[in-house]
Amino acid sequence: MTEPLVSVRDLRIGATTDAGRKVEIIKGVSFDIAPGEIVALIGESGSGKTTIALSLMGHARPGCRISGGRIAIGGDDVTAMSETGRAALRGTRVSYVPQSAAAAFNPAKRIMAQVIEITDIHRLMPRAEAEAKAVELFRALALPEPESIGTRYPHQVSGGQLQRLSAAMALIGGPDLVIFDEPTTALDVTTQIEVLRAFKSAMAQGGASGVYVSHDLAVVAQIADRIIVLKGGEIQEEGTTGQILHAPAHPYTRALLAAFEPRPHAAVPAPGHPAQPRPIIEVAHLHAGYGPISDGAPQAKVLQDVSFRLERGRNLGVIGESGSGKSTLARAIAGILPPYRGTVLVDGTEMRPDLRNRSKEELRRAQIVFQLADTALNPAHSIGAILGRPLAFYHGMRGQAAERRVIELLDMVQLPANLRFRLPGELSGGQKQRVNFARALAAEPELVLCDEITSALDTVVAAAIIDLLKELQRELDLSYLFISHDLSTVEAICDDVLVMHKGRVVEALPARDMSAKAAHPYSRLLISSIPQLDTGWLASLEQDPELVRQFALR
Amino acid sequence: MSPSLLPWYYVGQRFAIALLTLLIISFTVFFATQLLPGDVAEILLGQAATPEAVAGLREAMGLNAPALSQYAGWLAGLAHGDLGTSYANRMEVSELISGRLANSLRLAGVTTLISVPFALALGILAAMYRGSALDRAISICTISVISVPEFMLATLAVLVFAVWLGWLPALSIGGNADTLGGLLKTYAMPVISLAIGVSAQMVRMTRAAVIETIQTPYVEMALLKGASRWRMVIGHALPNAIGPIANAIALSLSYLVGGVIIVETVFNYPGVAKLMVDAVATRDLPLIQSCAMIFCVSYLSLITLADIVAILSNPRLRR
Amino acid sequence: MTLTKTLAAVLPTPGRLGYRFNLAGRTGLCVIAFWALIAVFGPLMSPYAPGEIVDWDYFSPMSGQFWLGTDYLGRDMLSRILMGARYTVGISLAAVAITVTAGVLLGMTAAVIGGWFDMVLSRLLDALNGIPSLLFGLVVVAAVGSSIPVLVLTLAAIYIPGAYRYARALAVNINTMDYVTVARARGETTFYLATREIFPNILGPVLADLGVRFIFIVLVLSGLSFLGLGVQPPNADWGGLVRENLEGMSLGAPAVIFPSVAIATLTISVNMFIDNLPVKIRDRSE
Repeated sequence: MTEPLVSVRDLRIGATTDAGRKVEIIKGVSFDIAPGEIVALIGESGSGKTTIALSLMGHARPGCRISGGRIAIGGDDVTAMSETGRAALRGTRVSYVPQSAAAAFNPAKRIMAQVIEITDIHRLMPRAEAEAKAVELFRALALPEPESIGTRYPHQVSGGQLQRLSAAMALIGGPDLVIFDEPTTALDVTTQIEVLRAFKSAMAQGGASGVYVSHDLAVVAQIADRIIVLKGGEIQEEGTTGQILHAPAHPYTRALLAAFEPRPHAAVPAPGHPAQPRPIIEVAHLHAGYGPISDGAPQAKVLQDVSFRLERGRNLGVIGESGSGKSTLARAIAGILPPYRGTVLVDGTEMRPDLRNRSKEELRRAQIVFQLADTALNPAHSIGAILGRPLAFYHGMRGQAAERRVIELLDMVQLPANLRFRLPGELSGGQKQRVNFARALAAEPELVLCDEITSALDTVVAAAIIDLLKELQRELDLSYLFISHDLSTVEAICDDVLVMHKGRVVEALPARDMSAKAAHPYSRLLISSIPQLDTGWLASLEQDPELVRQFALR
Repeated sequence: MSPSLLPWYYVGQRFAIALLTLLIISFTVFFATQLLPGDVAEILLGQAATPEAVAGLREAMGLNAPALSQYAGWLAGLAHGDLGTSYANRMEVSELISGRLANSLRLAGVTTLISVPFALALGILAAMYRGSALDRAISICTISVISVPEFMLATLAVLVFAVWLGWLPALSIGGNADTLGGLLKTYAMPVISLAIGVSAQMVRMTRAAVIETIQTPYVEMALLKGASRWRMVIGHALPNAIGPIANAIALSLSYLVGGVIIVETVFNYPGVAKLMVDAVATRDLPLIQSCAMIFCVSYLSLITLADIVAILSNPRLRR
Repeated sequence: MTLTKTLAAVLPTPGRLGYRFNLAGRTGLCVIAFWALIAVFGPLMSPYAPGEIVDWDYFSPMSGQFWLGTDYLGRDMLSRILMGARYTVGISLAAVAITVTAGVLLGMTAAVIGGWFDMVLSRLLDALNGIPSLLFGLVVVAAVGSSIPVLVLTLAAIYIPGAYRYARALAVNINTMDYVTVARARGETTFYLATREIFPNILGPVLADLGVRFIFIVLVLSGLSFLGLGVQPPNADWGGLVRENLEGMSLGAPAVIFPSVAIATLTISVNMFIDNLPVKIRDRSE
């Protein structure tokens, strides 16, 4: 075996909390990276994957400190280097592609100056030569107008382009090791493909080693040779990509993979019989938007002519990319953003556009649950108070009765009763999302509008929430309007799916066999862009470039 | 609208806001001085005046007109440079002010010239070496300075430089401004007292503005490219901190307005502020109104200027 | 009842929110507490009546009889400083309480209601913010004369625009949070949204802001008194004490030094306390 390029031995990184407490966030991690090899660090939030990746450049975020172990790059000990020594290493031998290129580009400087800055800092080559090399890289990364894109400012190009430009910035110094820190997480799926492809081919050309940090196994499967699975600052399992995907040894790896298993929802048959004459919700020609209103329509029209119906006991998924208007749809139905045209009927009753004009009873029947439990739960209220408020507000329930009901609600979402004395800040992400959902249940609704409620959660936690939602639906006779950008989640819980693009519904599909039944070109593009747990997926994927140009927001 | 005009649209908007603000301020100043005190005629003539005399003066001064028309008349006068007549010595207010204004502006100008470069350098250094001994020393000094009243800085300066060291005269009148030494002696004490206060404010705000920019991902990115500390701060953070720093300078210089009132009094410096404090003692309302408007206009111009710099330095509005 | 108990049991105390005060913060707090106690009980402890001439000499130095020396008339400085604490701390506290209460009420209302109400109020108060603080004091005192109620109201009025702007900015941030949207979608009233959903979450920064404005007010009050426009003789706050004894400066008399020291210790300790609050509370918008 050849000498490894990177060798990490018993790496320990400590952090100091706000309260001055010292904790160890990386607990003795060891691994090697061979020259030309791409290794993925995979794990959920808090697993320490980004911390480890940054430590390879001798960098620790404020408040953190490399407290033990040894990191060697090409035989040189990074941990023993002075700050000047590390600075000399950065950009030339190890370089970095950030998670959000939009934030990592300096808004006050032109793109070219930032891309070639490494060559200037380390005096690698004359300016003209550096610019020529940058243009070459732009071309290799399939950027449009490679000759002139460098003269623009960062806010003048799209997110997907910036992400590729940040790869050019990392590759300009001809590094031995490139660190990719969740570089496609912030992108839409149709954009992600193009960026991943560009990364893959640029890395194959350059021959550098790579560290690819991600939480998404399917993305990593496309680009990594080897995968290291992390949890709580420790390595759980390490192996080749094929072995991790097909023969996982560690139970945690198996749980990660299990979350990817398709769990199709046993669809409730569409009732055609007269026992249920009215759909739980029926939306007709709904229009909504933001900004000053002129001629009866707002300036920014987000939602245009949306119609659908949802039968009682069934679930409807709404999928689309950022800017498709899917979240606006939930807000318009709830009356938070009053629609300016069209009607919303809940159980046959027409709702006033503005929620302020709706009755308490009307408001109670349809509850909305938001994506981020962190911002959806008031940090100053105890869990008991958060769940108690809708009880008092809608049902006039107080005192002992309310307390009993709070315990019942917590039990429904499988949380212990004594959690009601806690503040939201003291709960885990999954627990908070359960409380968030329990608050909607407290109103005893018939329809729940779920806005990306599993998107911010780690895969294993999200899968558990979906199971819970299904179970509660059986018990409580609920209907869900389920908004998500994640097709597999929608598949797991919905009967029907609406595909949205630029504020319009492009197609309505049954949730089962979406890919087979999709007829509209955009639905097909969107569905085919979802990464699959298959190492050959990206290579074999063929998309019509005309279609991509027409629909993808690059 | 063409994108190249966008910044100028915001600049125009800022000017409109400044004008509106000025109007509201002038109304407040007028209301506070002319209407709040009750009967101006009575104040002028004193407690012993006969009711007939008071009524006569009220008529002569137009005090019987509705408040709004009095205000309009006053405003029109201001616009034409007619600042009214002093109650105390029957002189034109504009005449009283003109020479004094030049004195005050000179004091403020010298203070600005000294404190801006000094404070910016210290503020940026403190931000660059955040948490170091230098930063902590600067921090303690500036906190102490901004925590004490202006008159304390002034009296402390007198105590140190005039009483203990005997280098400078305690008062600034009588100084001979023809020679360099004389000039120094005339201005040194007031300028030192003012500059210390202004600089302390500016150092703190500059430090905060630069630190905020240093904590952005693009400065971390520069670090990960191997950039030196200087390059990170001067090359990456500063261009984005121009707006906040301009704001810091403007707000700190506005401290001059408060400081100058105290400092001119302590050192008996013949400026507008001293004139105004004396006018307050004699309740010379037209003089107070004019001085107050002068201070408000200079304060407002500073803030507006800073806002315009911030707009023009925003790269997102460029081109 | 049980639910209210639930609420009380989880008051967000410093320990619970995961931070603690460091040495500088604690020192600051101790000095603040010291001056607060002096303001309340000081006059009971004073060795002489503050207005009584007790020494034939003037500007006498510190001695066993007069711990902090005597002033320009031969009155005991310790007694006068103890009494001055009541004016300086009392007037400033009253003013800052009015300022912050008005600022927070207006700010939260503007944030929750929004629209033209918010625009007009913000524009108006922003304009008033354009009047330099000491100048505002000068103008009002010139117009209506100086008395303690006038001082309190003037000082409060000077800083209401700033307190409003700060509280509004905080409330606008909280108002966009999903939990407020959820409460609004539930059908809650504006009053509930402001008092129960928003207020608890801006309380920390508002208290820090109260400290900052307290310092400003102490400084402006001292400045006014120094100009002879604050508390009127024979009474004197600390700023007034400095003014009275200014002639003693060339003698280095304790009578001019100690009132200054009193002001400085108070303001510096408040600043120290606030500066050492955790970032999420301190986060000032200035």
